Amino acid sequence: MTTTPASAPMPAAASAATPAGTSPHPVLTIEDLSIDYLVDPVVHAVRNVTLSLGRGEVLGLAGESGCGKSTLAYGVNRLLKPPAVITSGRAVFHSREGYEIDLGALHGEDLRAFRWDRIAMVFQGAMNSLNPVISVQAQLEDIFTTHRPDMGRAERVERCGELLERVGVDRARLSSFAHELSGGMRQRVMIAMAMALDPQVMIMDEPTTALDVVVQREILREITRLRSELGFAVIFITHDLPLLLEISDRIAIMREGEVVELADAMTLYTRPQHEYTKKLLGSFPSLTGARGGFIRSGVDEPVLVEAGVDEEEAR
Amino acid sequence: MRYVLQKLGFYVAALWAALTLNFLIPRWMPGDPVDIMISKLATRGPVTPSTRHAIELLLGTDSQQPLWQQYIAYLGQIFSGNLGTSVVYFPTPVAKVISQTLPWTIGLIGIATIISFLVGIGLGTLAGWKRGSWLDNVIPVTTMLQSVPYFWLALILLFAFGSVWQVFPLNGGYDVYTTSIGLSWPFISSVLYYGTLPALTIVISSIGGWMLGMRNMMVSTLSEDYILTAEAKGLKPGRIMRTYAARNAVLPSIAGFAISLGFVVAGSIVTEAVFSYPGIGSALLQAVNSNDYALMQGIFLVITLSVLGANLLVDLLYTIIDPRTRARA
Amino acid sequence: MALTTQDPTIAESESHLPAPSGRTRRRSLPPMTLKLGIGLSIAGAIALFGLIGPYLVGDPSRVDNVGLSAPGGGFLLGTTQTGQDVFAQLAHATRGSLTIGLVVGVLTLVLSTFFGVVGAYVGGVVDESFSLFSNVMLVIPGLPLVIVISSYVPDKSVWLIAFVLALTSWAGSARVLRGFTLSLRNRDYVLASRVSGERSWRILTVEVLPNLIPLLASQVVFAVIFAILGEAGLSFLGLGASGSFTWGTMLYYAQNGLALRLGAWWWFIPPGLMLALFGAALSLINFSIDEIINPKLRSQTRAVRRSWRMSRAQLQSAKESTL
Repeated sequence: MTTTPASAPMPAAASAATPAGTSPHPVLTIEDLSIDYLVDPVVHAVRNVTLSLGRGEVLGLAGESGCGKSTLAYGVNRLLKPPAVITSGRAVFHSREGYEIDLGALHGEDLRAFRWDRIAMVFQGAMNSLNPVISVQAQLEDIFTTHRPDMGRAERVERCGELLERVGVDRARLSSFAHELSGGMRQRVMIAMAMALDPQVMIMDEPTTALDVVVQREILREITRLRSELGFAVIFITHDLPLLLEISDRIAIMREGEVVELADAMTLYTRPQHEYTKKLLGSFPSLTGARGGFIRSGVDEPVLVEAGVDEEEAR
Repeated sequence: MRYVLQKLGFYVAALWAALTLNFLIPRWMPGDPVDIMISKLATRGPVTPSTRHAIELLLGTDSQQPLWQQYIAYLGQIFSGNLGTSVVYFPTPVAKVISQTLPWTIGLIGIATIISFLVGIGLGTLAGWKRGSWLDNVIPVTTMLQSVPYFWLALILLFAFGSVWQVFPLNGGYDVYTTSIGLSWPFISSVLYYGTLPALTIVISSIGGWMLGMRNMMVSTLSEDYILTAEAKGLKPGRIMRTYAARNAVLPSIAGFAISLGFVVAGSIVTEAVFSYPGIGSALLQAVNSNDYALMQGIFLVITLSVLGANLLVDLLYTIIDPRTRARA
Repeated sequence: MALTTQDPTIAESESHLPAPSGRTRRRSLPPMTLKLGIGLSIAGAIALFGLIGPYLVGDPSRVDNVGLSAPGGGFLLGTTQTGQDVFAQLAHATRGSLTIGLVVGVLTLVLSTFFGVVGAYVGGVVDESFSLFSNVMLVIPGLPLVIVISSYVPDKSVWLIAFVLALTSWAGSARVLRGFTLSLRNRDYVLASRVSGERSWRILTVEVLPNLIPLLASQVVFAVIFAILGEAGLSFLGLGASGSFTWGTMLYYAQNGLALRLGAWWWFIPPGLMLALFGAALSLINFSIDEIINPKLRSQTRAVRRSWRMSRAQLQSAKESTL
């Protein structure tokens, strides 16, 4: 499930390079956002996170389990359930038409109408993300009947077929049910659903974690291709740092609710600043390192040496 | 398809079991039911040899015929539709008595049960959807009502609405004095009028179960991933509640509906006793009181057949509603 | 028409159940909540009444020429139309009904455990045939069968009634238990025991059975409720145990004595009320057990929600934006 860039120590250049730091025309800005779980004792899941996502950019969000990356995504999307609560900060969406929307200020019907149209989400583990008792077509169609009520029936069905073909699934699968599809196919359907309304931002929460590497590669290929076709921005959340090095423009490393480092992918890989980043980079077995070296010491020695970290410290 | 065949096979097996039970019980029980029946019949009129033979096949004879031979003959008789002659309704054959009383039972009990199921599921959906609303407080009340013995509740309601406030009639299926059986509006309205109170008691006493079951399943289902997806998609809450949550949550209730059909039948017997309703349950009770074994066995068979048939229908309905069952088989 | 979450299809498909280890028996006991407390105290009080009451009251069958009289004048709950002491009858009836409930409960437990648990655990042909047998018994309507069987016997004893009731009620429990056992059977710790060579019956008693206890308890409670209500129904129809006092037979005589029409509420109401109270108490107990068996219900209980340190305003705004 983890791959290091096997071709070269440098990651391949991303298709749309953007400078590190904030972008001049961001599509989404997260300003000083904090989320707490109000249980006893209170858990500070996200602490003062500030990020901005450029138009058409791929921002990777990496960190170990429990660091708050999913919570952040849910918070931005207003999908948090009690006892999770946004305690400070805000998330602002900057539409390409020029206006701004404070996501926290949306309520009720406005929030519902906003959903999926500008910001869509692909969830972790598509095993159970599809309704088991209605067909794939029904689930794709109801996006349109809800958000585009003026669409005619024939046009709707045509569009659903198009969406499926775009993600590499045969149109005939429209009449299938969730249990008849393989894991990879289900995840593609989820991606197709997310793209239905041509969103400007796609948040993907570990979309390939539950799939085997071959399927993962195909799906990532699709995502990259679609992105270059349609130009949406992506926040890609995963614990798989090497994966992000492959596909992201910039990467944010999260730890215990805070963003500890934010840089563009190449810089992060070659000149990591934070100790934690260095440790993360070294924690993946390398395809090119000495055999057995990772197992013995628990860190990838060549990477650490390059990054200039003392082996003793890293352990 | 294989699933349907499996189910059919099962119901055939159950039917066979019921027929066999029907055959064995009178032969196992103490006493001599044949003599009792014949003597009772004789008080009503002459007993022809064919009648006697039919009774013997049903209930057992002294003859030295081996049991399995009697069994074959018994099955033959049953499948030709001959269930014997009734004592209570002499000289009407049992089959005819049943065909006259069965529609009343199916009509009243069937409609009342379906109403109870639909309303209960509906209320349960709402209660589960809006957790913590006032509906949640209704549930303990309706479940308390379920622990109340049905006939006790029915008698009290009958007393209240039949004697004290004379809103509903005290007994019967329709007004025998002013209307006669036929597809006329006076008859139909009379039937509806007489059936309202019994149906009401059935609904009140059983709605709690459906409500509670559905609510619990809704609460369970709402924590599933596909509900989160639906919410993120910005679907209208009504659609999420119906097509995403309720469609999945109702499945165990439908399975439970099939199981509860047996209890529905049991309840119907008590209902008809309380309200003197002219259905198959009343006939069964009369049969028991007069030792009319032929009628009793015949009714048992028909009741079992109806329950099996209804179960089969619900099972088939389940395959339509839950696409996963088609794959499982 | 009792229906709860203990549907066999859930039991079979429920993979979200907490993975209990064979050792933590303490998790089998439900936490004391208000519901459970009320249920236990009401049920306990009635049981006590049934146990001790008959020793303290007078003779329930003694007739008097007082006739139908309201409470008062030495009779706590008045008299029947033949001058019998209703309160004394109630005490004996409580004992009778509870006895039937207990006997049926135990019989049902034994039968359903045998056909459900053992069958599912052994697997193979045994499981298939037991399951088929249970399903057939389940589908054949119970009350008509009971009526038919008991009509052949003119003088029915309490034991016959209890036996016949148990015969028609074990099948439902067996099915639920089977579903649950099937899912348990493939849990890791059971497989581990098998691999390490422990004998079947030992695995059954040490690993499997303790985790079945909450479910078994719930099924027994159901069986008792069913038995008591069933016996009441049978007696009301005139098919009950002759010559002994149960809540059902009291109601039968009350109905035949036209108690309600004559306004003799003290004869008609108390037995039914006792039935309802006992049934309600047992249902409350069952709810609490339900919450253990179905953990998804637990997180939604009021108690858990109260433990969140959220202000009302926060809860309100949370309600607005999500489901």
